[in-house]
Amino acid sequence: MKELFAILIGAMFVENFVLSKFLGICPFLGVSKKTSTAVGMSGAVVFVLVLSQAVTWLINEYLLKPYSLEYLQTIAFILTIATLVQFVETVLKKLMPALYKALGVYLPLITTNCAVLGSALIFVERDYTFVESVVFGFAAGLGFTLALILFSGVRERLETADIPESFKGMPITLIAASLVSVAFIGFAGLVLP
Amino acid sequence: MDILIPVSIISGLGLAFGLGLSYASKVFEVKVDERISKVREMLPGANCGACGYSGCDGLAEAIVNEGVHASKCPVGGIEVVNAISDYMGVDEGSIDVKVARVLCQGTCSNVEQKYDYDGMESCHSANALAGGMNACSYGCLGLGSCKRVCPFDAIVMEEGVARILEDKCTGCGNCVAECPKSIIHLIPVMSGFTVVCSSHDKGAVARKNCKVACISCQKCVRVCPSQAIAMNDNLAVIDPTKCTNCGECEKACPQKCITNSMHRRLD
Repeated sequence: MKELFAILIGAMFVENFVLSKFLGICPFLGVSKKTSTAVGMSGAVVFVLVLSQAVTWLINEYLLKPYSLEYLQTIAFILTIATLVQFVETVLKKLMPALYKALGVYLPLITTNCAVLGSALIFVERDYTFVESVVFGFAAGLGFTLALILFSGVRERLETADIPESFKGMPITLIAASLVSVAFIGFAGLVLP
Repeated sequence: MDILIPVSIISGLGLAFGLGLSYASKVFEVKVDERISKVREMLPGANCGACGYSGCDGLAEAIVNEGVHASKCPVGGIEVVNAISDYMGVDEGSIDVKVARVLCQGTCSNVEQKYDYDGMESCHSANALAGGMNACSYGCLGLGSCKRVCPFDAIVMEEGVARILEDKCTGCGNCVAECPKSIIHLIPVMSGFTVVCSSHDKGAVARKNCKVACISCQKCVRVCPSQAIAMNDNLAVIDPTKCTNCGECEKACPQKCITNSMHRRLD
């Protein structure tokens, strides 16, 4: 239980996927314009992350390891993630059309969210058990949510700020992102990853 | 022979996932009326919301399911309305194409300033400070709030006054709703002459505040052969349904605040 809690806090704050590991920057910059879309996107990412962690762990353990095919991890994981995202999309379209509409193009884009593949490759590297890797995926998703919501707040403020012409748009966004990232260094050493 | 195991594992995974997905798509199939997607393709796709629905998808659904007329979309113009009406088999009806016009000429050289505004680039915020920095409290603040909501890049700021490029304007009305001074109006495109002033101040006050304000001298009212101009609270207003575009009012106006937008469209 203690280890799981350490993984949870570690993946959320100390090695926050977006702000410390710099994974999943594309949706971080793309969807953080409004807090409402940021929340929807984070929800979808958490869901896909947990599901993909479970499935990829099983594939890695029972298909790849017995034949020592670890070099196929990347391609097998990508295949799994793409399928899962497609599956989530189909299910959402049927059961929750409102959420499906709100997420729009960002739902299929989770396929290429490197945070999802990144967390799959990290659990292999660290030899996590099934439960540990699922908790790790969940925590990574929560960390992504935290970063996205924090940053969407920053960006909503930036909208009304008087910014020099040459910094308008992406430049000031990148600078703000780096400042938020620097703030997360404060968590380093809280828990040993 | 070693190569067979990885190849079969990966292709087996792919096959299993593929079959699973095709099964899922059958189980979770959503029936979509094909007419909706056809109508959706015909709409302009700007998602400006001028029709009052949530984007073009919303209007397409309403056209097919609720029998809403295609002329709800002011952006596509007559071609789009005709195409959709043909497809749905309903009467084409008539639409009057409208464009937005900014009823103000209070450029920096024409209007006095009450104070130096140095705040956020937003007309709403300037308007909150004693009604803005212009001496004329009715005029354009020139901070471009309308320009930012225009989905068609049809608004330019010139000398502190918004100007609408009428060949780009589609009459979606986003700027009309945005302007805190309510000086942007949707006017039928065929009506060339407009009183480009919104000041309801009395003549002397209006003249003091702005060089090109309507001073309610009523010369245009008297000269108009078709009685299309009326005074409304110290401001001349042209009724586009009566106006014949004769141009007498433009010649008569001593303040040069009646303009012919037809000329502007040409140059």
